[in-house]
Amino acid sequence: MFGFGILSGLIALPLVGAAFVLLQKDDAAGLRNARWGAFWTTIVTFLLSLVALARFENAKAGFQLVERKAWLGENILYQLGVDGVAMPFVILTTFLMPFCIAASFHSIKERAREYYALFLLLETLMIGVFVSLDLVLFYVFFEAGLIPMFLIIGIWGGARRIYASFKFFLYTLLGSVLMLLAIMAMYWAAGTTDIVKLLAFKFPSSMQYWLWLAFFASFAVKMPMWPVHTWLPDAHVEAPTAGSVILAGILLKMGGYGFIRFSLPMFPEASLYFANFVFALSAIAIIYTSLVAMMQEDIKKLIAYSSVAHMGFVTMGLFTLNAQGVQGAVFQMVSHGLVSGALFLCVGIVYDRMHTRMISAYGGLVNRMPLYALVFLLFTMANVGLPGTSGFVGEFLTLLGAYKASTWLAFFATFGVILSAAYALWLFARVVYGKMEKHALETIPDLDSRELAMLVPLALLVIWFGVQPNGILAMSQASVDGILAIVQAGLPKAAATLGTLKP
Amino acid sequence: MTTIMSPVPAFGPALPEILLAIVALGLVLYGAIMGDGAKRYIDMIAIAAMLVAGLLLLDQGPGKVSTFNDAFVVDSFARTMKGLTLIGSIAAIILSQRFLVDEKIARFEYTILILLSTIGMMMMCSANELISLYLGVELQSLALYVVAAMHRDNLKSSEAGLKYFVLGALSSGMLLYGMSLVYGFTGSVTFPAIAKAVAGQGGTGVVFGLVFIIAGLAFKMSIVPFHMWTPDVYEGAPTPVAAFFATAPKMAAVAMSTRILIDAFLPVLKDWQPIIAFTAIASMVLGAFAAIGQSNIKRLMAYSSIGNMGYAMVGLAAGTIAGVEGVVIFMTIYLAMTLGVFAAILGMQSGGKRLEDISDLAGASRTNPGLAFVLAALLFSLIGIPPLGGFFGKFYVFAAAIEAKLFTLAVIGIVASVVSAFYYLRIIKVMYFDAPGPTLAPAGVEIRAIMWASAAFVILFAVFASPIRSMAGAAAKSLF
Repeated sequence: MFGFGILSGLIALPLVGAAFVLLQKDDAAGLRNARWGAFWTTIVTFLLSLVALARFENAKAGFQLVERKAWLGENILYQLGVDGVAMPFVILTTFLMPFCIAASFHSIKERAREYYALFLLLETLMIGVFVSLDLVLFYVFFEAGLIPMFLIIGIWGGARRIYASFKFFLYTLLGSVLMLLAIMAMYWAAGTTDIVKLLAFKFPSSMQYWLWLAFFASFAVKMPMWPVHTWLPDAHVEAPTAGSVILAGILLKMGGYGFIRFSLPMFPEASLYFANFVFALSAIAIIYTSLVAMMQEDIKKLIAYSSVAHMGFVTMGLFTLNAQGVQGAVFQMVSHGLVSGALFLCVGIVYDRMHTRMISAYGGLVNRMPLYALVFLLFTMANVGLPGTSGFVGEFLTLLGAYKASTWLAFFATFGVILSAAYALWLFARVVYGKMEKHALETIPDLDSRELAMLVPLALLVIWFGVQPNGILAMSQASVDGILAIVQAGLPKAAATLGTLKP
Repeated sequence: MTTIMSPVPAFGPALPEILLAIVALGLVLYGAIMGDGAKRYIDMIAIAAMLVAGLLLLDQGPGKVSTFNDAFVVDSFARTMKGLTLIGSIAAIILSQRFLVDEKIARFEYTILILLSTIGMMMMCSANELISLYLGVELQSLALYVVAAMHRDNLKSSEAGLKYFVLGALSSGMLLYGMSLVYGFTGSVTFPAIAKAVAGQGGTGVVFGLVFIIAGLAFKMSIVPFHMWTPDVYEGAPTPVAAFFATAPKMAAVAMSTRILIDAFLPVLKDWQPIIAFTAIASMVLGAFAAIGQSNIKRLMAYSSIGNMGYAMVGLAAGTIAGVEGVVIFMTIYLAMTLGVFAAILGMQSGGKRLEDISDLAGASRTNPGLAFVLAALLFSLIGIPPLGGFFGKFYVFAAAIEAKLFTLAVIGIVASVVSAFYYLRIIKVMYFDAPGPTLAPAGVEIRAIMWASAAFVILFAVFASPIRSMAGAAAKSLF
């Protein structure tokens, strides 16, 4: 339509919805319209993304559904397209959004119009990040997400929301601006910011190291990697439920996506050079943040730390530079998006009832909420990485890749699997099992139909991808192979036999 | 370039300035006869005259013409910067009307002074030799000194005027001293001749003069270390006057500095590049840190404008076509953002009282959602968050710095921009996160129009960036 393709449609649709929501009156009817308007916008966007998925061909390695228009002159383009790495994240984004809107129906009463409009704006920006095929355009979407997220945390967040929102904003901004300088340097070196052309451009070795570090500064904060992860627990704890879901489900994936899209294929020599550095940080993240998670008293904070640990598997898998590791990382990110999103929804459900997130305020929920206990157990198990759930596949593949790259790395990383079982099961035991001793809990109702409708699809998907991981793996395989081929080609001959390179 | 060397110079290229000068002189007579009651008509005539001047600029075509024995040059760059200056001046008159009436200082001289200073600024944009440059600077400055002290019964306003005058006179002195040195060592006052002379032998004497000239220019642009007057003047001067100071004169000062450094001193780039780079770093860092402690929003905007001039200097320091292009784009966006923010400040009133404290904005998102939205959009843009206009302004100046391999400058600048994010965010926090304070009354229609126009500009900039970029590109190329 109007010379734009389906991906532009995906970007534009939520904006149209946001405009509709903002135009509603500030009364009960307007609120209802805003709510349902936002909900149906996300549903339609999801359906449109399924159309895009149907047109997408798994076997092709290159970019598909490409749209190309001049933007800032001839060398900075409005260029969109997806490949097998981007497509899963686009679907993940459009899939999670309806849940976020639905999760806010009852918990958001003040300034609801602005709330839904900001979420829809955020959806536009997140989709934009994954479909941009121009560095500057990518940066615009990547960075613009700060505005709605800052406002969502700051306006509808918990008690320490102001601290958390500032920390989130400034941390992420500081990381990203260095990447911006790197983007400019790449522009002058290659003469364009067209990602397709940049993938074919070979940057001089000496330049690669600096560019890699600048991109790393941005993506490491976004992931987040230890030791720059400290904004995440604060942001998670203070954000409203839907904000946490988006944060854990999609925003964190932008860092990993950035590594695959830019750092690996564009700076292969630097990626190889810094691989051990990333491995060390990943291993520390996996073990250290798991231990930290164990000691948390706040349920959301615990899940936030577990997210950092799981992202450690992702960074580890990516920089093994082999097919298992990178594919596993993609899978792990999608799986974590579903699982952690669902876990935050679960926390939100009890928070809406009790208005506390302290573990000590709960206990024995299974007596009053058997359905809730069942669903929560499933997602806890998926978080642990139990075989049969999607969590297992990602962890297994990344560990497999890590083993190929370095036995010691795999050895340390495997501790994470054990530790995650420890903190997750202990959390489950304290919240759900035991005697119901708190008086406040005695009248707590079980899941209602809206909550079931939110959690059941997620539960089914988590199991489906656990037993049938090919849905995602087949989609990303050709593209991952293509990216790794670029990496191989970019390495000097001596180092070209990966895997056997490290002890 | 067509140089006309007849005894009677061609007046065509200077037609907009001549028109404004005639109108200004006519208005002085008219005002003197009719008194302050005629201010409304004077405003209208002045605005109409400036609009006509703008049309005349558009009519001048794309070429490069010089006249008055090369003292006055009109090229793409001059036209663009004059256009921006005119926008700033027109907006300043519109913004001031209601304010001056409310404060009972609605004298007709105000508009005429703004008109006269605008002529000076346009002259600065076109000056192609040291003498005409100085004439422009002084015409502009003398008018501005009076405007700053407009509120003469107000202690702060008189102080602002006096401070501005004393420091301005000092800077003019430095400028003159530098010019005399440059003239002495190069034997010429026109920029092309100076460029030819310094290209041959860049003697120490010329560099000495150059340093003094840069010091004088730095005063006019309010960049560190010659920025001290800015916060006091912004705070003391009536708000619309501060809005004017932050916009139109900055356009002219940056235009004049760019032209003199590029046209006359490009051959000694390596001599002035470190100086400009230093002022850029110092301005960005000071702008970022000093604003954190401010509670008065006008004072905060003063530091913000110091920081922003630092960003403009980043582009100038590159000394390349891309650098000048970045400067033009940056100044265009800066003009829109600053006008919008000052319009919003003028819109801050409650119960007939004008407010200037950041804390007065508490909960503005509920008591006056429109104002809060516009201000938030402009502040996010000032931080440089895409897709808002401010991002693209910074993008082009920093890209130019990277191209010129000024990495230290770029890294320090961009980190300073993160620091500055803190105080802009603080205002957004007060408006959106805090409980409502005083209920802000809706602003006047003309103020709201400027607010929304500038907000629309920064929000939609990404979509319509292409024409502005090609305009800036043409302007930059005309200097080289």
